[in-house]
Amino acid sequence: MTFLLRRLAFYLVTAWAAITLNFFIPRMLPGNPVQSLITRYQGQLSTDATKALYALFGLDEDTSLWQQYLDYWGRLFSGDLGLSFTYFPTPVAEVIEQSLPWTLILVGLSTMVSFTLGTLAGAYLGWRRGRWTDALLPIGSFFSAIPYFWLGLIAIAVLAVAWPLFPSSGGWDGAFVPSWDADFIWSAVYHGALPAITIVISSIAGWMLGMRNMTVTVAAEDYVTVAHAKGLKERTVMFAYAARNAVLPNVSGFALSLGFIVGGTLVTEIVFSYPGIGYILYQGVSAKDYPLMQGVFLIITLSVLAANMLADLAYALLDPRTRQEG
Amino acid sequence: MATTTPTALVTPRRGFRLVLRNRKAAAGLIILGVFALVAALGELIAPYDPDALSPALLEGPSGAHWLGTTNTGQDILSQLIAGTRGVLLVGLLAGAIATVLSIVVGVTAGFVGGAGDEALSLLANVFLVIPALPLIIIVASLLPSAGGTTVALVIGLTGWAWGSRILRAQTLSLRRRDFVQAARANGESLWRIVFFEILPNLTAIIASGFIGTVIFAVLSQITLAFIGVTSVSDWNWGTILFWAQSNQALAQGAWWWFVPAGLCIALLGTALTLVNFGIDEFVNPRLRTGGNRPVKGIRPRVGFTPVRRKETS
Amino acid sequence: MNQPVLEISGLSVDYGYHDDAVHALRDVSLSLGRGEVLGLAGESGCGKSTLAYAATRLLPPPGLITGGEVLFHSRTGETLDLLRLPDDELRAARWDEIAIVFQGAMNSLNPVRRVGRQLTDVMAAHRPGVPMSVHKGRARELLGLVGIPADRMPAYPHQLSGGQRQRVMIAMALALDPQVVIMDEPTTALDVVTQRQIVERLIALRAELGFSVVFITHDVSLLIEMADRIAVMYAGRIVEDAPAAEIYAEPRHPYTRGLLGSFPPLRGPRRALSGIPGAPPDLASLPPGCAFAPRCPHAFARCEGERPELSGGRRLSACFLPADGPVAAVQGVAPVE
Repeated sequence: MTFLLRRLAFYLVTAWAAITLNFFIPRMLPGNPVQSLITRYQGQLSTDATKALYALFGLDEDTSLWQQYLDYWGRLFSGDLGLSFTYFPTPVAEVIEQSLPWTLILVGLSTMVSFTLGTLAGAYLGWRRGRWTDALLPIGSFFSAIPYFWLGLIAIAVLAVAWPLFPSSGGWDGAFVPSWDADFIWSAVYHGALPAITIVISSIAGWMLGMRNMTVTVAAEDYVTVAHAKGLKERTVMFAYAARNAVLPNVSGFALSLGFIVGGTLVTEIVFSYPGIGYILYQGVSAKDYPLMQGVFLIITLSVLAANMLADLAYALLDPRTRQEG
Repeated sequence: MATTTPTALVTPRRGFRLVLRNRKAAAGLIILGVFALVAALGELIAPYDPDALSPALLEGPSGAHWLGTTNTGQDILSQLIAGTRGVLLVGLLAGAIATVLSIVVGVTAGFVGGAGDEALSLLANVFLVIPALPLIIIVASLLPSAGGTTVALVIGLTGWAWGSRILRAQTLSLRRRDFVQAARANGESLWRIVFFEILPNLTAIIASGFIGTVIFAVLSQITLAFIGVTSVSDWNWGTILFWAQSNQALAQGAWWWFVPAGLCIALLGTALTLVNFGIDEFVNPRLRTGGNRPVKGIRPRVGFTPVRRKETS
Repeated sequence: MNQPVLEISGLSVDYGYHDDAVHALRDVSLSLGRGEVLGLAGESGCGKSTLAYAATRLLPPPGLITGGEVLFHSRTGETLDLLRLPDDELRAARWDEIAIVFQGAMNSLNPVRRVGRQLTDVMAAHRPGVPMSVHKGRARELLGLVGIPADRMPAYPHQLSGGQRQRVMIAMALALDPQVVIMDEPTTALDVVTQRQIVERLIALRAELGFSVVFITHDVSLLIEMADRIAVMYAGRIVEDAPAAEIYAEPRHPYTRGLLGSFPPLRGPRRALSGIPGAPPDLASLPPGCAFAPRCPHAFARCEGERPELSGGRRLSACFLPADGPVAAVQGVAPVE
């Protein structure tokens, strides 16, 4: 249990650090963006919104930094992330609430698929190394070097424009109203397919290469030779002895690269105008909508932390050594 | 059993030659060399001024414009060449900043141990878990003018954690080795030990971390340019994609506008990855493929040693 | 010793698949009698472990067997050439006929599989019709045989000590009642007391169960005590092969003498320790004559140009010195010049 407790403490510290970073970023940067914003949104900003903006950038001269920090936490705990300019006067929390499920499903599912397929393929390649399949390595590294968003562009050009099999943008057909009926869900799946395929193709090679190298390393371990000497079936040796151990670093690598993957998938959403968090972030950035950007960053970080905890839990279940007492 | 020779204690110079002999790494270095040459020559070999407008609007590849033109008649090949320098400079600068930071944090953490190690490791892990790209996007968009140097600085300051983690682990194991213990017992100064005993043995890992960060930096800056966060007048491959996207190149079927830039990114990334393969195989001898050349009639297999009887003798 | 159970003849092994390959084993022939304990001795890198792995085709890449045969005579009178068996038949013969206890006690067990499971999976693979409860009972019995309480069955390897892990490996080797057990430095990673206990247990088990043992170690004094016969290897070849007592009393090859001089005897009168001058040879560039000549105190002109063959009937040795010559007379090895 100590392993999980230590990890839990780590996540609390990281969450605190991310939230604090979020508080300080606008204060540390030069310039006074608020005035220009107010001029830009002339007449659209309510007094409350202007006040919130001053508080956000720490330009509220009357309160001390410490007091500002406390106020920031207070607002956070009541779920108040400020008002969005772009979707004025919708609160940021509400904007995020609407887009988060789209991202969670799209990114969550496609990442799981990519991890599973990539790990299986990597185990196979590592096990069968020294054959023609080794030629997949440079091809794989080529694919892993392609930015997600560019593959998205190509996918749209080929499968949505030149050969219109899939819709090129959006999360569902405009004719429907979001609800839980079969037509709408089907439309959402249909719209999500191309972004999902893009994410899977661009991230699968990374898992494959990592797992391949770990399998090659583990295949030279004594216990794998012992398993062969025992005359166990090839399948048993490969899965229960080699792959079973090789997957451990891949799982911890999964946790650590989540932050990176999420970055790539966010841009994929931008390319597909997919109604998730990444697209919202893009809208925020284009409109210099600071409350929205900050809220989105906070939510992304907390989601990545949550996903990390799940990966840690999986690791603890997979490796008996972490369950050791003391 | 085949004994694996300890390769960690090879001099950097010999190690570099070993990496070079690896065919994957050599291929990667050749591609990198070509990109570096293009970046250095820049406007000397570019057929046009990348910003110059011309009457050839949105034309496909031709003798006059090898990679076609944009909707304002700009030459795409020239933009690509001009962009190479920006991509490489930002990538290398960010990689250098992140590498220095990762060495400082990683080696210190591994060497001092105790509470200092705990604190530095915590710092690195926090930076590792916080998603870097959204952070970079936000910081870059808050900054009044986000040019190449600023972008490199932001990427470097956020991308050091991975390397420092690996360096810390390696330093920890080196610290316990005999030769470091002996140097300590001889009363050599801390700095001497770090610079002359520890760092030379970390060269391969530092190099691999540097390359990894350059890949990350290249992808990040291109992504930033593509979504229009950074200055759209500095040419890099992402800028080309930004203009292609905002001018509906996709819908108009102008593939020459966005395909070459993407291929360049992938090619540069592949080249860097191949060099890293070479370093990995150097650090972990188990990854080396036997002689790198497949031999007819022999299937190397774990658990079933191949048998090839020689006809004679 | 009666009819052999394992006959290795002309076995050659390369590391590498090309012309620049290192010849790790050259034309090695060796036979193991039924119920015999054969010791295989030599410095590290001499090919003794390579021999054991090659005989069962377990050498990892870039190992390559380039010639020879390994004949196994089963209890039923069948003869199998292990190097020519199809994969599935070799898999069936492994562990059932020849079991191996590997060098690294720490790494021989799968760290994420329970000890009991690793004992029963091999039984289930070779005896698929037998119910699991029987296998579990047998696993408990085997653990008892090597002195580990049966309640350690659900333990993971990291929860056991190094000595316990090596005992588990020995129990595992006996699981299918094999005819040959190959032990590759089974005790080197352990402390002397544990080493002693394990070797004694092994000798007792052999007497009880009657399997043959190939015991690989660099510790010749241990072999003198427990082996029936000893084969000494140098630079990928066997240089002396004789009954243990005779090797101890009267080693013929200067290298064997050097080895005997490097370890204190476990029993009997103390001898001066001398060691062997020089370093083990580089297999990639061996001298044309006797590989040991550069380090040999008795080398003469012939040794440098011609390679001595293993010969001598019951007592084999590969040396040009006369059998009753100076080696037997000289105590220890001459100092390095």
